[in-house]
Amino acid sequence: MTEHTTRPTPLPTQRPTPFDPPVELARLRGEDPVSRLAYPDGHTGWLVTGHAQVRQVLADPRFSTRNEIRHDPSPGTDVTAPPRPAPRGMFLSHDPPEHTRYRRLLTGQFTVRRMRRLTARVEEITEEHLDRMEHQGPPLDLVEAYASPVPALVIGELLGVPEGDVDRFQRTVAAVSRVDSSREDKMAAFVAMQDFLKRLVDDKRAEPTDDLLGGLVAGGELEEDELTNIAFLLLGAGLDTTANMIGLGAFHLLTHPEQAEALRDEPDSGPRVVEELLRYLSIVPHTLRTALEDLELGGHRIRAGETVTVSIAAADRDPKVFPEPNTVDPHRSAGGHLAFGHGIHQCLGQQLARVEMRVALPALLTRFPTLRMAVPESEVPTREDMAIYGVHRLPVTWGSGSG
Amino acid sequence: MRVRVDRTVCVGAGMCVLTAPEVFDQDPEDGRVVLSEPVPPPALRTRVEQAADVCPSGAITITD
Ligand code: HEM
Ligand code: SF4
Repeated sequence: MTEHTTRPTPLPTQRPTPFDPPVELARLRGEDPVSRLAYPDGHTGWLVTGHAQVRQVLADPRFSTRNEIRHDPSPGTDVTAPPRPAPRGMFLSHDPPEHTRYRRLLTGQFTVRRMRRLTARVEEITEEHLDRMEHQGPPLDLVEAYASPVPALVIGELLGVPEGDVDRFQRTVAAVSRVDSSREDKMAAFVAMQDFLKRLVDDKRAEPTDDLLGGLVAGGELEEDELTNIAFLLLGAGLDTTANMIGLGAFHLLTHPEQAEALRDEPDSGPRVVEELLRYLSIVPHTLRTALEDLELGGHRIRAGETVTVSIAAADRDPKVFPEPNTVDPHRSAGGHLAFGHGIHQCLGQQLARVEMRVALPALLTRFPTLRMAVPESEVPTREDMAIYGVHRLPVTWGSGSG
Repeated sequence: MRVRVDRTVCVGAGMCVLTAPEVFDQDPEDGRVVLSEPVPPPALRTRVEQAADVCPSGAITITD
């Protein structure tokens, strides 16, 4: 076991291009895939950048996802806010056995088969939005017109959120997940969201519906706060993620026209392209775990109470697992990427996200064969400041005009 | 090749079904893994091994 002599560094955040993770991560991985990390609150913890080590941490029950014991590495973190335990039902931040109980109640709703059955509805929602775009005419912001509303409507439908309320939801989610907003704004957004969901749960209690939330209500095993929090988690985890994969994925395809062309010509390659984009873009750049006991990782001694920042973006560019990791190659087997995490918290909604991306990206390119960027690449605002990476806006145009 | 699944640790992520649909299925009720082919033909070995590898909860084991 080596004693670490290197000084802890803060989390690297400077991206060289909109599509690549900070170069510093690759350097650290090359030096040592487990390194010391300085957290804004003064804590000294760890940063894990190797694929094998990331998998190891995420599969190890001695690491906890609990909020109240973790330190946040993001530069803008409010260090004066004491971390509080996650409320009941927010199972991403619970360890077993609480996590197990909630996850079990939900997995049946998210099976591969069930999600595939949703494909037709996802196609309908996609076509509606493409129609609207055509009607509106170029140029437009693809995030606002397509990447955001499609996943919002899909998950809203899954939960049984009335269509007219989805817009308000999306704005609230964006406010909650903003890294740089004030604590008061965050709290206000949080409360607005809670209220909305509580009302939704109440409505379903009064009048049972045939959707995911309606099913959980009817199951009778969960109390109101748990139901509200589960709905909160699903919306929070399912909206911004999928929206940003569609937005950033489209950005990548439009700035690499040969890849867009290949996808148009060969619709069967869709699933492989999506999987490779998930790996390459890894829009959830990192997640956090805190050691519950002293343990060994990659030759280092991790002490109980130390927080480990697990770099999914770095792991998914690990050349040991993905040769030529910085190249998008739909022919590689991107299986084993960690874009959806690993271990017991691996993304519950991943099959739904896959269906959405497999439908939305090819449909967009097919509907608008001349779709292209309306501004230079460098003018697209990226979500450097957000917990989920992507683009704030993506101005696009099509047709023969210069847009 | 013989395959075993541990339903007590399965988290219903569905990776096995995507990787080797001939061998794995998901219980429509609770989403947990169901083994539809406990002794898969040798031609499926690579994919079954992949499924065991990508399973996020280590629920799949292969014995010879
Ligand atoms: C491309 C889109 C998506 C990406 C990249 C993504 C990524 C992730 C990642 C990395 C985790 C693990 C976090 C951790 O271990 O700390 C996760 C967990 C989760 N995701 Fe997703 N996700 C996506 C879409 C969705 C959708 C559409 C839903 C719901 C409908 C969803 C629901 C969840 C839930 C509930 C968890 C927590 C699971 C648990 O703790 O057991 N996600 N997601
Ligand atoms: S991949 Fe593993 S966790 Fe997921 S359904 Fe199959 S056995 Fe269960």
